[in-house]
Amino acid sequence: MKINSLPFINLRRKPIRTSALIVIALVMSAAAFGGQILIKSLQRGLDSLEQRLGADIIVLPEGAEKKVDLQNLLLQGTPGYFYMDKSVTDKLTGINGIEKLSAQYFLVSANAECCTVQVQIIGFDEESDFTVKPWLKEVYDGRLQKNEIIVGAGLSTRVGHTLSLYGVECRAVGKLEKTGTGLDTAVYATNETVKGLINASAKQGIAVLSKQSPENVVSSVYIKADKGADIDELTSKINRALDGAQAVRTRSMMTDTAKRLNVLSKSITALTAAVWVLAAVIMLTAFYNSANERKREFAVLRTIGFSRNSLSRIVLLESVITAGAGALAGVILTGLLCFEFISAIGKKTAMPLLMPSAGVTIVYGAAVIGIVLLAGAAASALSAYRLTHIDTGKILREGC
Amino acid sequence: MIITAKSISVTFYKKKHAVKAFEKVSISFEKGELTLITGRSGSGKTTLINALAGFIPANEGQILYDGQDISRLDDKALSGLRCKSIGFIPQGQSALANLTVLQNILLPSALAGQSNIAYAEQLLAAVGLERLANAYPDELSGGELRRLAAARALINSPSVIFADEPTNDLDEENSAIVLNILKEQAQSGAAVIIVTHDSAAFKYADRIFHMDGGRLIGNDNEYENTLCRPLVS
Repeated sequence: MKINSLPFINLRRKPIRTSALIVIALVMSAAAFGGQILIKSLQRGLDSLEQRLGADIIVLPEGAEKKVDLQNLLLQGTPGYFYMDKSVTDKLTGINGIEKLSAQYFLVSANAECCTVQVQIIGFDEESDFTVKPWLKEVYDGRLQKNEIIVGAGLSTRVGHTLSLYGVECRAVGKLEKTGTGLDTAVYATNETVKGLINASAKQGIAVLSKQSPENVVSSVYIKADKGADIDELTSKINRALDGAQAVRTRSMMTDTAKRLNVLSKSITALTAAVWVLAAVIMLTAFYNSANERKREFAVLRTIGFSRNSLSRIVLLESVITAGAGALAGVILTGLLCFEFISAIGKKTAMPLLMPSAGVTIVYGAAVIGIVLLAGAAASALSAYRLTHIDTGKILREGC
Repeated sequence: MIITAKSISVTFYKKKHAVKAFEKVSISFEKGELTLITGRSGSGKTTLINALAGFIPANEGQILYDGQDISRLDDKALSGLRCKSIGFIPQGQSALANLTVLQNILLPSALAGQSNIAYAEQLLAAVGLERLANAYPDELSGGELRRLAAARALINSPSVIFADEPTNDLDEENSAIVLNILKEQAQSGAAVIIVTHDSAAFKYADRIFHMDGGRLIGNDNEYENTLCRPLVS
């Protein structure tokens, strides 16, 4: 028998108390780790969106927000479409302060046509695009040909396979990394391909355009302002110059989403704090009660020759073992749940959720385990003090 | 080891009222002697041996172990002294519920950095608990628990053994087992100090003291042991 095994023996012989303490630590770590992962996923999702948007101003048809939720469409990839006259692009070319501009086409796959969910089809111009290509390049460095597509991570279509859209077989040449948003179920193609799909939809009797030809329309124009240009002023200038279209500053969309994320982050932090306060009170009570029950046991240990330090070590080791086991289980369980359900949560809450990288997740997990261990040690410190400063003589004399 | 108590007093405070447990007790314990301290309940016997073992600080006087004042020892040194040199059999049930009988006996040995399993098994056999080595204390009778406490106190072959009512609640046969073991320890050179009101223990004693109202009759300084011998006969 070794003295260091005493805390383990004590814990094993009190399975209910030990399990309860482990569960408390598990709840604490799950709340802290889950909360942190959720907050970081929101931040990462937002960063990813910002990176992908890449434009300062977006020009859309007037009233487009009445047809679809612009923010959801542009930031989250929630399926939707709208069109405006192509002449908008020509008008924009004459406005000073614009460095780059590129038109895009939006289309939505027919219901239950190819996939279990509606797919957002985004068409971009191979020549002028500066918003989509930079990150598409990560998975496909070539030039997209007609009826070639790059698919989001959420679609089951594999590279080299085809996806049928309005009866047109489109070949996937690349697959994107996960973004945690509806863009994971989007398909990217050239404007030519999308125009072809719009025509194909008309042939199938699903007319997305009533009278116009797809050659004469665009869905949106992405604008990169000149360096040093006042973007608000440029937005106003564009709005004054255009008829039937509106310019929206992208940061205003992001700010709105960022505000929502900020509120959510604060709510998660508050909830985590509440769980911690409750768990800490329960843990303190458990250790306090345990200290009362164990006075005689510790008095006997003093008669055997245990010093105050060695008794403190027993109490602290017991708390570290229970807190450590609970924290580890909490982190692993929450990590698995997050990994499995974070995309679903993102879709359900319309929030851009993107899990932090494995390295960052491990660092957070380790930090949470460390904090729970400290909390457990702190909660047991009072008990350790009480048990190591018991009046051995009095307890032995009075038998209590 | 020689223990000398020089004019020690212990006073408790119960709800701010001072209660004197005993006053100006002077006594010495020599190697190889079995000393009995008898007296009625509440006479201060238990408090005296708790003070002698360093669990209760004396308000005045000195307790010397081989000339070393234990009040000057820090907790680590005093705990080390208890672990290696003192065997203590507390009053009542003192088995550690989470440990088996064998683990209970081995614990002081493990604390001293040893693992004297062979001697633990010898002690188990000596107290008649060899069949219960792997049982837990809640499976033992009162008599078995007292014998377990005695065996645990002896595992490190201490030079001083304190036993507080070691035969309390034991039948004649179990009492004899425990007292014989303690007597053997004294004969092997340990100083054995037993607090008891069990008259069956008298025949094992080399010296007998009596406590009454916080005073030790037979106090070395006052009576030079003259009152001890008649009590034995």
